[in-house]
Amino acid sequence: MAKITFDGIEVEVPDGTTILNAARQIGGSIVPPAMCYYTPLKGSGGKCRACLVRVAAGSAKDPRPMPKLVASCVTPVQDGMVVENTTSQQVLDVRKGIVEMLLINHPLDCPVCDQAGECDLQNFAFEHGVATTRYQEERRTFEKIDIGPLIQLHMTRCILCYRCVFTADQVAGERVHGVLGRGDAAEIGTYIENIIDHDFSGNVIDVCPVGALTDKTFRFKQRVWFTKPVNAHRDCPKCTGKVVLWYKGKDVLRVTARKDQYGEVKEWICNECRFEKKETADWTLEGPAHIDRSSVISANHYELPVLNQSVVADLPESTQRELEKNPPLKLGN
Amino acid sequence: MGRKLLTEHINVKGIDTFEVYRKQGGYRSVEKALKTMTPDEVVEEVKKSGLRGRGGAGFPTGMKWSFLAKPEGVPRYLVCNADESEPGTFKDRQLMSKLPHLLIEGMITSSYALGANTSYIYIRGELLYVLRILEKAIAEAYAAGFLGKNILGSGYDLDLYVHPGGGAYICGEETALLESLEGKRGNPRNKPPFPAVQGLYARPTVVNNVESIATVPVIVNDGGEEYAKIGVGRSTGTKLISACGHLNKPGIYEIELGVPVEEFIYSDEYCGGIWKGRELKAVVAGGSSVPILPKELILKTAAGEPRLMTYESLSDGGFVTGTMLGSGGFIAMDETTCIVRNTWNFSRFYHHESCGQCSPCREGTGWMEKVLHRLEHGHGHMEDIDLLVSVAKQIEGNTICPLGEAAAWPVAAAVRHFRHEFEWHVTHAKEAAQPGAVYPGAAVLV
Repeated sequence: MAKITFDGIEVEVPDGTTILNAARQIGGSIVPPAMCYYTPLKGSGGKCRACLVRVAAGSAKDPRPMPKLVASCVTPVQDGMVVENTTSQQVLDVRKGIVEMLLINHPLDCPVCDQAGECDLQNFAFEHGVATTRYQEERRTFEKIDIGPLIQLHMTRCILCYRCVFTADQVAGERVHGVLGRGDAAEIGTYIENIIDHDFSGNVIDVCPVGALTDKTFRFKQRVWFTKPVNAHRDCPKCTGKVVLWYKGKDVLRVTARKDQYGEVKEWICNECRFEKKETADWTLEGPAHIDRSSVISANHYELPVLNQSVVADLPESTQRELEKNPPLKLGN
Repeated sequence: MGRKLLTEHINVKGIDTFEVYRKQGGYRSVEKALKTMTPDEVVEEVKKSGLRGRGGAGFPTGMKWSFLAKPEGVPRYLVCNADESEPGTFKDRQLMSKLPHLLIEGMITSSYALGANTSYIYIRGELLYVLRILEKAIAEAYAAGFLGKNILGSGYDLDLYVHPGGGAYICGEETALLESLEGKRGNPRNKPPFPAVQGLYARPTVVNNVESIATVPVIVNDGGEEYAKIGVGRSTGTKLISACGHLNKPGIYEIELGVPVEEFIYSDEYCGGIWKGRELKAVVAGGSSVPILPKELILKTAAGEPRLMTYESLSDGGFVTGTMLGSGGFIAMDETTCIVRNTWNFSRFYHHESCGQCSPCREGTGWMEKVLHRLEHGHGHMEDIDLLVSVAKQIEGNTICPLGEAAAWPVAAAVRHFRHEFEWHVTHAKEAAQPGAVYPGAAVLV
């Protein structure tokens, strides 16, 4: 076990845990944002640099600060490590810069984007970005590639997080797409205009943090905040069949996998469940799905970030009082 | 005349053949190491020599070797980084094509020291003719019993392969090189874990530059202490400098570390001064990624001391008034050089070569290049100059690998020392956009 102090809050985690996951044990809004890291996908993380934190003390053995900011999603904790996230101005400044970089070529077409309302980049920009841009050059555009009847690829919106590539590699079994090209000309593409039709390929839609990969069967049907998510399951021979149905009135408009509070899929679902089972009769309904605070649907539900109470209870009383008085950064602060 | 440790026999006819190289005393270090020294003793000699990595970072080689994890029953690897492609740096190419057996000798001795039974030379794909030379030399070394099973009857086995890359600058970054060597896209890995713990095929690996490895035979033959006597302070030994730009005698020079920069530029032994009798304007001392310095700061430090060709002296003053020795890619620019155009040119290279894996480098290198393009072509604004510095700062230190810094440092340094030229490009846009236009005034030190 390793003890780590994260923004003044001490938490004990198993050896090998990353700084980000240690922060997730504390919970609340002090958890660094992550655009490319995705727990179920091996090898993900370290690319978007959104989760950079300052390590003020490397470990109890070597308490020197680390010379550069580190990506919290891929850096393991060490006993005695002291990490600054929301308490470091340097980190907050860098994050502002990362938002600016990510938005350089990302079109602000949120009004017509199917991901609007549940877009990680939208939330990240809202929390850490600035309202203006300094970029005045021509933006990057791409030739459209048809990747089949189920998934729409909008390369202009892609932030090259590589999540879909890892999904295709590790979940869909047969990878027919990847990153082509280099630098800011890099793009997600299929080798010689192939279609993406593997049984589990629909999961690339769920892992995409922006609207680069969207569901063709749901496209332009409805805004997400006008839909009602309901947990449901079915006896599926290919996957667990545990899904969320997104209702508008009596119609199931969309089927997605269930996600945790950090927007990560809990269990992958197959294409049959996702694209073909859109009748209520196909499913056993369980009840309303929990709406995460980062979803636009929670906008009027006033659900504030919650710190892990078991972690807070272990803190000295003075720290608890301090936390009560000055809660960690809130969304939109 | 300075001592030549690596290039002493470079002009001997047929030195690229095993026979001639052996006659000149080649492969002595292999015999000495394998027959009379333990691997740890070889490592100790390299530590004593004070040799610092010749690829650019200047990290002590012996110390790097001692970090190598040595779990029992697990293979270890030595990989030679021959993916030289930084603008201004072209010393390894020459070393490999003229003295292939020196590198192979260094690979054998170093592999023995590290306990590696398989080693690789990862060479830039474009250098096909050097690849052929190395392959021929490796075949000769196998035939002579210096490679393969039971080398010289010592019981030590080593297989050496030379592997061409795809010709991407990023593959010179050690973890991207390992990815490429494994047959994958050459994207840098997140660190930790470092290659010394998890490198090639997730096994402990040391990645060293060609020149560093080629120096090992000299150290083993003469002893580390003897080697450490050459040079100044912590900059020991000799260094290959690839000098180019507006010099009377551009070329590759082996210098004893500690030669004054002024002597290196102006003496007949080395570069012979600036061509056409012109004035020196600026120097990039260690390959295009290191900060550029104006004449006044490259010849003397801010304190007025003569600047020496050493790691410490060149970096005196940090990045405010100093630079780096880097890989030894010495680019001299005369008074007719437009710094804005030159910076744009460098920036174009890094934009083109960014792998695109992490966002600050992917987007930032392109942004800087486009702003510089605008400034150079007469479409810039005064606020663009600060924008450049700001973008460079947003990249520096926030990327997966040092390519981000390599792109940011030249831009930040050019603005720091030649801001007046950037401003002139805004105030005299039409004039500055003419082909060959150069800021007409004298240098202003900032």
